[in-house]
Amino acid sequence: MSDTADATNDTSEQAGPVLAADGTPLKRSLNRALRRQKLSALLLIAPLLIFILVTFIAPIADMLFRSVENQIVQDTLPRTTQTLAEWDSESGETPGAPVYKALYEDLFIAQERKLHTRLGSRLNYELTGASSLFRKSGRGVDDIGEVYQDQFEDLNDFWKKGENWNALLGSDAWLTEISGWKKSTGDVQPPFEMREGMAELLPETAEYYAIFADFVQNDDEDNLYKEDPWALIYSAFYDDLTGPTAAQIASYTGPASAELGEAAAAAPAFETVDYKAAFSEIDKDWGKTPIWGTIRAYSPALTNGYFLNAVDMQKSPDGPEFRPDNERIYGTLFLRTLFMSICITVSCILLGYPVAWILANLPARTANLLMILVLLPFWTSLLVRTSAWKVMLQQQGVINDTLVWLGIVADDSRLALINNQTGTIIAMTHILLPFMILPLYSVMQTVPPSYLRAAKSLGATNWTAFWRVYFPQSVPGIGAGSILVFILSIGYYITPEIVGGTTGTFISNRIAYHISSSLNWGLAAALGAILLAVVLGLYWTYDKIVGIDNVKLGG
Amino acid sequence: MADTSATNAFVEFERVQKSYDGENLVVKDLNLSMPKGEFLTMLGPSGSGKTTCLMMLAGFETATHGDIRLDGKSINNIPPHKRGIGMVFQNYALFPHMTVAENLAFPLEVRKIGKSEREEKVKIALDRVQMGDFGGRRPAQLSGGQQQRVALARALVFEPELVLMDEPLGALDKQLRETLQFEITHLAHELGITVVYVTHDQTEALTMSDRVAVFENGRIQQLAPPDLLYEEPENSFVAQFIGENNTLEGVVTEIKGGTCLVQLDGGGLIEAKPINVTRAGERTRVSIRPERVEFNKDRMQEGAHTLKAEVLEFVYMGDIFRTRLRVAGTDNFIIKTRNAPDQVRLKPGQQIEIGWLAEDCRALDA
Repeated sequence: MSDTADATNDTSEQAGPVLAADGTPLKRSLNRALRRQKLSALLLIAPLLIFILVTFIAPIADMLFRSVENQIVQDTLPRTTQTLAEWDSESGETPGAPVYKALYEDLFIAQERKLHTRLGSRLNYELTGASSLFRKSGRGVDDIGEVYQDQFEDLNDFWKKGENWNALLGSDAWLTEISGWKKSTGDVQPPFEMREGMAELLPETAEYYAIFADFVQNDDEDNLYKEDPWALIYSAFYDDLTGPTAAQIASYTGPASAELGEAAAAAPAFETVDYKAAFSEIDKDWGKTPIWGTIRAYSPALTNGYFLNAVDMQKSPDGPEFRPDNERIYGTLFLRTLFMSICITVSCILLGYPVAWILANLPARTANLLMILVLLPFWTSLLVRTSAWKVMLQQQGVINDTLVWLGIVADDSRLALINNQTGTIIAMTHILLPFMILPLYSVMQTVPPSYLRAAKSLGATNWTAFWRVYFPQSVPGIGAGSILVFILSIGYYITPEIVGGTTGTFISNRIAYHISSSLNWGLAAALGAILLAVVLGLYWTYDKIVGIDNVKLGG
Repeated sequence: MADTSATNAFVEFERVQKSYDGENLVVKDLNLSMPKGEFLTMLGPSGSGKTTCLMMLAGFETATHGDIRLDGKSINNIPPHKRGIGMVFQNYALFPHMTVAENLAFPLEVRKIGKSEREEKVKIALDRVQMGDFGGRRPAQLSGGQQQRVALARALVFEPELVLMDEPLGALDKQLRETLQFEITHLAHELGITVVYVTHDQTEALTMSDRVAVFENGRIQQLAPPDLLYEEPENSFVAQFIGENNTLEGVVTEIKGGTCLVQLDGGGLIEAKPINVTRAGERTRVSIRPERVEFNKDRMQEGAHTLKAEVLEFVYMGDIFRTRLRVAGTDNFIIKTRNAPDQVRLKPGQQIEIGWLAEDCRALDA
């Protein structure tokens, strides 16, 4: 006891960090003591944290990333996007021949892998007709390459056979392995290996043959040894034979050198293919600039296109611009969502405040009983409640019938209460009302009745006492309720979907449409990201104006 | 009982009754009148009806029956905000969303007093309670004592003639309470205001008030200045409730002139002053204040009545000694002696003889 006291006295007299009884700095001692506590706290929340990360945060992050992700154009048309970069989109002319050749190569590989339709759907979000254009081109692209294939095969039957191509391009070691391999044995097919020097001698052929070999062996799982090459290989072969590396062919002495020499000699006289003309023949759109502009605009891996789309804008040669008036929908939809959410929040305040007041001022027993009535809607399915509103509000529904019966409304001018904004606001106010009443009630409960008495004793009338003294103290409850109701309503989906009709739907209904019907997930993600940003922005504004400390959900 | 005869009455309760449930009366036939400038305390255990009386006076509760008059006019039907009565609450009831100065300005604002005059009055009121530098603070930034000062200033700022205080010092610690007790009485006398003060703390009641009304069971048991209340309790409840008291139970055997004889249940016959015993044979409780009991024969006054006693416990309390004795069958007989140089310190087990004067010994109702 006295020892500890001495130690404490000593340390307090020292300059520098305060030391604990055992001489370690007090801060470190304290940290060590707290670490255990923190660790156990972390362990307690860890399961939930991991669960939320895996099932909630990660999917949302992934989904939001889709709003800018645009890998598909670059991945499917790598050569086209590369060559297209040099094209001057403002010239009003279609790109040069190399771009069409690159398109042929990309599209050929894409159609073999059946990727071109997906790209078509993607580009169709930006340019109507792109989907069918790509589907059509996928079918036609085979014919383009056959021009060279036929000529090589006519020259020498040698070029017809896949095994001959393998003999030319494959390494000796691989050829030995593959000739002994049979699919039926269940062994893994020996992966294709390029003969040394071929990448320099026939660069394009080698490149595409490698892709072909990979596709056959891994995607189709056929025996490459027996497989006849794509038409694409022949056009690449022709390019190599007439290209800058053709001169080296004479010095080549490996397998099939005789046939190679013969082909090299004959190739310059071959009939050539005008890729541009060929594509224009498949679809005349290839001979116009819009599709090229679109491909180019969407060639980067990341795009702001979805976001532009989500705010009714589009890409143009002069940068982003607004869409024509008749194509704008999202701005209106966002504004409508905000406006209706505000309407719902305000009606919830107006309806909920008096109820919360009554509840807070009743004896606890009665208040609890009435509270059950407030909470009752929570025990009923949301769908049931919404459908009930449908029954209530429709033109031949309960409310209209009653009004007609009472003579307030003429039979031929029944009120349109559903499938419009009114319907959505009525139904959602009812559904979200408990979220307003509960925080209001719990805040009002903490305001002692003596405040009102004090105000009255000081000379304030009932109204002044309420407005100047009670109301300001219930503002935190209004704040909490409003945030809850507003944020819930701005993202609400089911109720507007059922009672909203066309004019009473929210942005979330559009998001759902893009997720499940149009499958434009990028746009859905962009709309969702904007919605999230708007909510966070409003939350921030609210914090600035009211102060989030002033929000109370109770005590 | 209650005094209703005053003609210069400022606050009057006349035959006031109050019931919340229609079955039980919380306040039973209350008659009370107080002159202007009086500091009256309503003292009583919780549930005795004292706060209800205050709330009826303030207008937050309505009397079930009877008349409450302020300055001669019946206020039964006047709403609280028109009564012009200042009020201090137990939990201070300072508006948390307003600064101290705004709190004080509130009653002036609702009375539509101009801004400059308002500011002046707020300043005076704050200075009066030594809170002049705190006008810009929020109530939450003040200590309990400071909040109570502000609440007091707010109740006084609109210059009411009557101020009600509902256990205003209940939540404060002892030392602060004593300081504020002094300040409140001082202010009340200085400003000449009439104060009705509710408390369950008898020390507070005795030290602050001009008169104290002791409430019990919906009735005023005694209404008297503090000294009379302490020294001449009119019934055994008041005797028990105010200060420390020794009670001996017995039967009156004889009443003659100013004294009566009481045969104690635990044995012994003592002389006492009859207060509310009227005839022989009646049961009675005899009340003697601990400090009026003497055991030192030298100091015992002439004619003092004596009884045998055994010392059970001796407690040293600094300024006084508190000794518990067994007297006439009761183990709870307390005597208090001053800590003087020549004072004897009794030891447990000691047999002594105690005595008192007959007039200090009051025979009350059983």
